Amino acid sequence: MLHTINKSPFEKNTFETCIRFVLPGDPLLFIEDGVYAVQSGNRFSPAIKRVLETNPVFALGPDLDARGITALSEGVESVDYDGFVALVEEHQVNSWF
Amino acid sequence: MHVLRHAPHGTIYTYEGLEMILIMAAYEQDLSVVFIGDGVYALKKGQDTSGIGIKGFSKTFMALDGYDVEKLYIDSVSLAERGLTADDLVVDVEVLDAEEIGRLMKEQDVIIHH
Amino acid sequence: MKIGILLKEGPYNHQASDTAFKFAEAAIKKGHTVDAVFLYNDGVTNVTKLMDPPQDDRNIAARWSELSKKHGVEILACIAASKRRGISDDVLVEGSAITGLGTLTDIAIRNDRLVTFGD
Repeated sequence: MLHTINKSPFEKNTFETCIRFVLPGDPLLFIEDGVYAVQSGNRFSPAIKRVLETNPVFALGPDLDARGITALSEGVESVDYDGFVALVEEHQVNSWF
Repeated sequence: MHVLRHAPHGTIYTYEGLEMILIMAAYEQDLSVVFIGDGVYALKKGQDTSGIGIKGFSKTFMALDGYDVEKLYIDSVSLAERGLTADDLVVDVEVLDAEEIGRLMKEQDVIIHH
Repeated sequence: MKIGILLKEGPYNHQASDTAFKFAEAAIKKGHTVDAVFLYNDGVTNVTKLMDPPQDDRNIAARWSELSKKHGVEILACIAASKRRGISDDVLVEGSAITGLGTLTDIAIRNDRLVTFGD
């Protein structure tokens, strides 16, 4: 199951809530303001690192670009909308707001 | 599966979510409803909305049973961190931990958050 | 693959509508069928032709209308949510329609995926 998260973790607890329900192996995709979670060296970087031990983590590239985020936490993969679609091909979707 | 994550009244998400659940139930879909985060407040006993000019709907959750929506689950952490127990709620719901809810989510064809 | 989209927010206030559109475009380009975009909550205000944004901004209603015309995607606003928000047949852009939640149930059943965008 693909989990998408679209909220900045600094404003809403969507990310912290979501990861409690994610099973090992399920991919996470950060979109919209959610992508602020994967900027390297922020308060949530340790949490992202822990998630990466069991789950692949993606962030939507156009949303990163739009927000001037270039340095991602190590192991986070940037994908474009095609990549988003590819993840949806592989998984049912659980969209967290 | 419908996931209710907003408190009632402050936004319309829970109310319109409930409307969607009732219609889908009428179409005889096998539905489950999960309360996570502030969604648990939707079930709190003793809500009186007469002073805010918005129709209350907590009692509608009691009617879900009549629509054959019997799978109601609530996240134990969300309940506990709000200082609530199952006795504070208007309906009987199954209290589950996050891993159990996560496994249920994984079985679903469709999940809609409200 | 057949994909349905559920869009739960209106235009401009939230990015949800933009992301949903970009996702739909990419899915179609990859050869998938985007069967329908169902509009719920404030999402129903995506398809009013009364919207008139500045010249240099995207016209979100027109964009959904184009997608419908070009690729046969049904753009469907929930009737109960529409009535609440003053959305009626008179104001709909071409290619959109008002329908009941039963249709969303059908969309959920007949598609391989239902992808929700909201806030």
